[in-house]
Amino acid sequence: MGAPKQDRIVARFLRLPPFVWLGLFFLLPFLVTLKISLSEPATAIPPYLPLLDWQGGLDGWSSFFEALDFDNYLTLARDDLYQAAILGSLAYAGAATVVLVTIGMPIAYALARAPRRWQPVMVALVVVPFWTSFLIRIYAWIAILKQEGLLNLILFKLGIITHPLVILNTDAAVMIGLVYAYLPFMVLPLYAVMNRLDPTLREAAADLGAGPVRVFWSVTLPLSLPGIAAGAGLCFIPMVGEFVIPDLLGGSETLMLGRVLWSEFFSNRDWPLAAAVAVVLLAIVIGPVVLFRDSLRADGEGA
Amino acid sequence: MSGVTRAALVLGLGFLYAPILVLVAYSFNASSLVTVWGGFSTKWYAALFADAPLIAAAWVSLRVALLASVIATALGTLAALALERHGRFRGRSLFTGLVYGPMVMPEVMIGLSLLLLFIGIGLDRGLLTIAIAHATFCTGFVAVVVSARLRGLDRSLEEAAADLGAGPLRVLATITLPLLAPAIAAGALLAFTLSLDDLVIASFVSGPGATTLPMRLYSQVRLGVNPEINAASTLLVALVSVAVLGASWLTAQRGE
Repeated sequence: MGAPKQDRIVARFLRLPPFVWLGLFFLLPFLVTLKISLSEPATAIPPYLPLLDWQGGLDGWSSFFEALDFDNYLTLARDDLYQAAILGSLAYAGAATVVLVTIGMPIAYALARAPRRWQPVMVALVVVPFWTSFLIRIYAWIAILKQEGLLNLILFKLGIITHPLVILNTDAAVMIGLVYAYLPFMVLPLYAVMNRLDPTLREAAADLGAGPVRVFWSVTLPLSLPGIAAGAGLCFIPMVGEFVIPDLLGGSETLMLGRVLWSEFFSNRDWPLAAAVAVVLLAIVIGPVVLFRDSLRADGEGA
Repeated sequence: MSGVTRAALVLGLGFLYAPILVLVAYSFNASSLVTVWGGFSTKWYAALFADAPLIAAAWVSLRVALLASVIATALGTLAALALERHGRFRGRSLFTGLVYGPMVMPEVMIGLSLLLLFIGIGLDRGLLTIAIAHATFCTGFVAVVVSARLRGLDRSLEEAAADLGAGPLRVLATITLPLLAPAIAAGALLAFTLSLDDLVIASFVSGPGATTLPMRLYSQVRLGVNPEINAASTLLVALVSVAVLGASWLTAQRGE
């Protein structure tokens, strides 16, 4: 029979195009970045030295290895600015993840307990803002948070404040932006898990005398841990490299890696250093990616 | 539903929608000040349609999104078929990493590394390089959507066709792909929306003359609140809402 053989040929034909495309435009660029992070900046165009001399043959290869240097990484390790940026990225992303779990849980719980009929509509309502332009949703907060903005106007009219609060361009604004932008990423995986929970478990706990709070803490919450892990991974990982939120809502002292990379690249034009920042960023992100891989995959199936 | 859960839903959805509604409301405000309601006006929409650079940027974005979503849909569908229907092969984990890696890779990293590649190989930057970059990061999203549908498909249909003598290509073309059509369409819409929305990657890989809509909006937004941008945002929100509703309608067809 030729069928299994034909099958193998078809299979190979199916994976070839994605393999080639992603190898060329995802894997190769990463290797190029790694290489450039190990070279010196130059004032030429492009502003770095040296790239592999493909025509150089064996000599080219040996000069390639000789030219590698770790100066950019040493700069990153020594300079306070970059250390602050690394810590800042982790701190903002970590704090925002904690806030997201705290406010995402009750929302997801409420979604899962809503009447069945209404659930698809409500889930769609959570999803729609997430597909609405990211940039615009962050921009919207400028009008709300700025000194002569909507929030201060409302608080003033209510008599809560007499002087406008300074929120825009502070850490508080960055946190609000992060939590706002990533809330759907937290609610959806939590909902996916909570929706599948067997209601008889809750009923059994209630029958045995547990109050609603006790039922939540000792039944719903422990069983929702896979959803919390998936949501935390989905939020934390992209937040570490976030650029738009710290740039538009943060102040000049808001240091996050994505923003440092951007200014290193576009303002200082130090491409090798920007490449080194990118490699460090990836190194930071790869840990959580591996850690959360299984829960992220489980979520992909639920979506 | 208890009062507490209802309050959580109302507050949660309120938090998600309030900024968007504020933006929509301001786009019809005759006054350009946030704190002053100057009456209902559509003048910012008129200003918007007279803004030639903005319209040009919108066209660039649409062309990029169309090209990127076509490529990403083809690649993502192939990847999903390879992983779900011919799952056992050497290099599977590398393949999986290549397909889903760009989804978790920081955008600044994708943008910077692709730019360095394009410069290294001497490819002129512009519309094409943005489309290549977008297709690369959208492929994984299409693969997720198509894979989910593939896992839900009744395999006995494909097996029956094979038992009746159809070769693997014939089975693919006459059974699998038609059954996958709604998921493929949903994946394409997703890729299109993601491409349309991207600022960071496009900023890195674009060249002179290829300014996308988010790039144009960003340069305006950095200067502060601008009622014309509110009008542009309102239109974008309306467009995306229609696309999302369309996509969820298409995926909802799966059960029927």
